[in-house]
This record gives sequence, C-alpha cells and structure tokens, in this order.
Amino acid sequence: MAYSFDFSSLGDYVPVIAKGVAVTVELIVVGGAIGVAVGIACAWARALGPRWLKPIVSAYVELIRNTPFLIQLFFIFFGLPAAGVSLTEMQAAILAMVVNLGAYACEIIRAGIEATPRGQFEAGASLAMSPLQTFRHVVLVPALQKIWPALSSQMVIVMFGSAVCSQISVEELTFAANFIQSRTFRAFEVYILATLIYLLLAVLLRQAMRGIGLILFPRRRAAR
Amino acid sequence: MTAFSTWDIVSNLLLAARWTVLLSLAAFVGGGVVGLCVLYARIARRAWLRRAAALYIELFQGTPLLMQLFLIFFGLPLLGLDVSSWAAAAVSLTLWTSAFLAEIWRGCVESIPKGQWEASSSLAMTFPEQLRHVILPQSLRIAVPPTVGFSVQVVKGTALTSIIGFVELSKAATIITNATFEPFTVYGFAALIYFALCWPLSKSSQILERKLNVAHHHH
Repeated sequence: MAYSFDFSSLGDYVPVIAKGVAVTVELIVVGGAIGVAVGIACAWARALGPRWLKPIVSAYVELIRNTPFLIQLFFIFFGLPAAGVSLTEMQAAILAMVVNLGAYACEIIRAGIEATPRGQFEAGASLAMSPLQTFRHVVLVPALQKIWPALSSQMVIVMFGSAVCSQISVEELTFAANFIQSRTFRAFEVYILATLIYLLLAVLLRQAMRGIGLILFPRRRAAR
Repeated sequence: MTAFSTWDIVSNLLLAARWTVLLSLAAFVGGGVVGLCVLYARIARRAWLRRAAALYIELFQGTPLLMQLFLIFFGLPLLGLDVSSWAAAAVSLTLWTSAFLAEIWRGCVESIPKGQWEASSSLAMTFPEQLRHVILPQSLRIAVPPTVGFSVQVVKGTALTSIIGFVELSKAATIITNATFEPFTVYGFAALIYFALCWPLSKSSQILERKLNVAHHHH
C-alpha cells in the first residue's frame, strides 16, 4: 500500500518542536553537568576515598547500571513522593538523569584514574600536596583527558535516554512529537522528524564535548 | 476492593518479568542473527555493502531506541501493516540489538592479526570460508565478554516497550501502582527484579573479560 508523506502538516507545530528541543537541551546540559560532577566525586570515593564509603558507592553504581532508566525515573517521580519527597516533573527528570549519569560516569572516570601511574601520586605527595590536592591537580585532569571520548559517548546515550522523560510529562522533544502525533495523526512524519533532530543533537553534543575537551586539556593540543 | 499484600505485588511482577525475559531472549537471538548479517556486510569486500552497513549501524546507534519503537509501532500501520505491540517491540529491539552487536563484533574481527587473513587467502579460501574457518572462530573468544555485557542493555531496553503498551515488567509495575497506590514499593521491587536479571550478566561479563585478559598475557 502506498503511503504519501506529508510533512507540510507539521508546519504549524514548529514552535512546539522548538520548545521541545529547548527542554531536551536543558535536560542534557543541566543533568549532564551535575551528573559528571557526581561521577567525579564517586570516582574519587571509589578509587581513593575512605574505606567505609567504597561499598556504598559501589552499591549505588551497580544498582543504577543494572536497572532501566525508566524504572529509575518512575521510582523518583512516583515513588519518592510516597516517601515524603515531592518533586516537579522537571526536577524529577533532572535528578534521574544525574543519578543515572553519575553511576556510569563514575565507572568511566575511575578507569581513567586507575590508568594513572602510581608515580604521579607519589610525585604529588613529594611536593607536599594533600591527597585531595594531588587528586585535583595531578590525577583528575589527565584521567578526564584519557576518558573524554567515552564520557562524550555516555552523554549522548543519556540524551537519548531523556526521551523517556516524556512519560512523566516533561515537555521535551519526544513529548512534543507525541503531542503533534495525537493532533495530526502524522506519526511517520513526526517521529522521523524527531529522530532526525535527535541525530543532529547527538552530533552537536559530540562537537560541544570536543570543544569543552579542547578548553579543559589545552596542553595536549600544544604537544601535538 | 481487594487489598494487595506485598507478596501479591511481587508475584504479579514476577509473572510479568517472564515477558521481559522472553522479549530479551527474542531480541538477543534475533539481533544476533541479523547482527551477523550486518557484520558480514560491514567487513565485506564490496565498498557499497560496507557503506550501507555502516549507515545502518550509525542510524540505530545514533537515535533513541524510543524513537525507533514509535516509528515501527505508529509508523508501520500507516503502511497498511498491522503490528501488535509485541511484534513492534520484538522487531525494533532486534534491529537495535543487531546494530550494536555488529559494531561490537566488527571490533573483535578487526583485532585478528592481518596475517590470518593473508594466510587463509593464500590457501585459496573464499571470503566466506575465511570467515567461517579462520576469522570468526578466533574472534568468538574475544567477542564473548562484550556480547554478554551488551545483553544487559537489551534487558534494560525492553523496559521502553512498556511505553507502546507491551505488558512486561515495567508496564506491570505501572498497572499495579495504579491499583495499589504504592509506587515506592512497586517500583522498588521492579528495580530489584531488573537488578536480579542484569547483575549476573554484568558480573559474568566482567569475570570473562578478566579471564580472557589473563589468558592473553600468557601467550
């Protein structure tokens, strides 16, 4: 059966899509930034932190990495209010993304820290740096530099995951697509368009991460 | 109104989890078969085949799984194909899995030394024969840990099919929550069941990887 595509019916909904894109970008920028910060803290705790902290962080990482994002999101949005913590859709979505990315980023960054030669720690100590100073100035930046491509890929995966936030009625790109679909019944066109926008956002996000990498690790550029 | 005990909640979730397992198996097996075909195209001698496979992988890896689900579930009926939520879920997860497995396996095939290709080629083997007798058996060993590791992604991916109305573990959790108003307990148990499914896979992938590395160092 022939199907005639009609993208023109989407014309009226450009503002809806634009708003959806803006919310998706907000989710990944805010969730991504805080998530990486949580990842760094957890990686520090797991690699160098006090002994009592390690099993707690390990449990968090394993639990998040082995459950679907959808369930994490529902648990936070529907479950936590029952326990007395009430969150708006947007807060719940960002919290879920932070919790999710934090666990994956922890594992990725830890791999970078463990690849740091022992001598670096000793050199830091011999310069009378405290362990935290050594971590901050000597270990962390080269570790991040090593794993930056992997972290960028994880950010893209988390952005794709953010599509699920439409399920708690966060009005991001997928929510916009669903809304337009329910109005126009042009499912194919809407979802193809949304998919292409996600593809484009993924390319842009990779470029942005590359740009941040160049700013954070200028030495490498000079060395080349 | 009947009251739900905790055991009612757990047993109903476990019953629904069977569908999660079944869908994961279908997607993994189907994805493995399709993935092997994509892998074959991805490393084929013909440039256009390689390019087509690379595009296929790029499309499925570069877009959200949820969009792929929607396109198949809402899109195909417009073409006159009637798809159930089970069929849409199985098809889209299979395609998605195949793209990731093909890419993982390509890495494994490429890690086989070039001399193996040259040696088998000098024995007048054809391309499929080289793959069948020389390259794939060796790649298989390297491929096991990352493949097992990816199976965790497949299990977690099945949760998204609840959004198109397929009743598996996540959908059951939503339904039970609507009946019991105990989201904390229900989603908590759902998470634990997912964890029980995924964690052994993650762990065995890690152990296999470590074993393989040890074996590698002895050579």
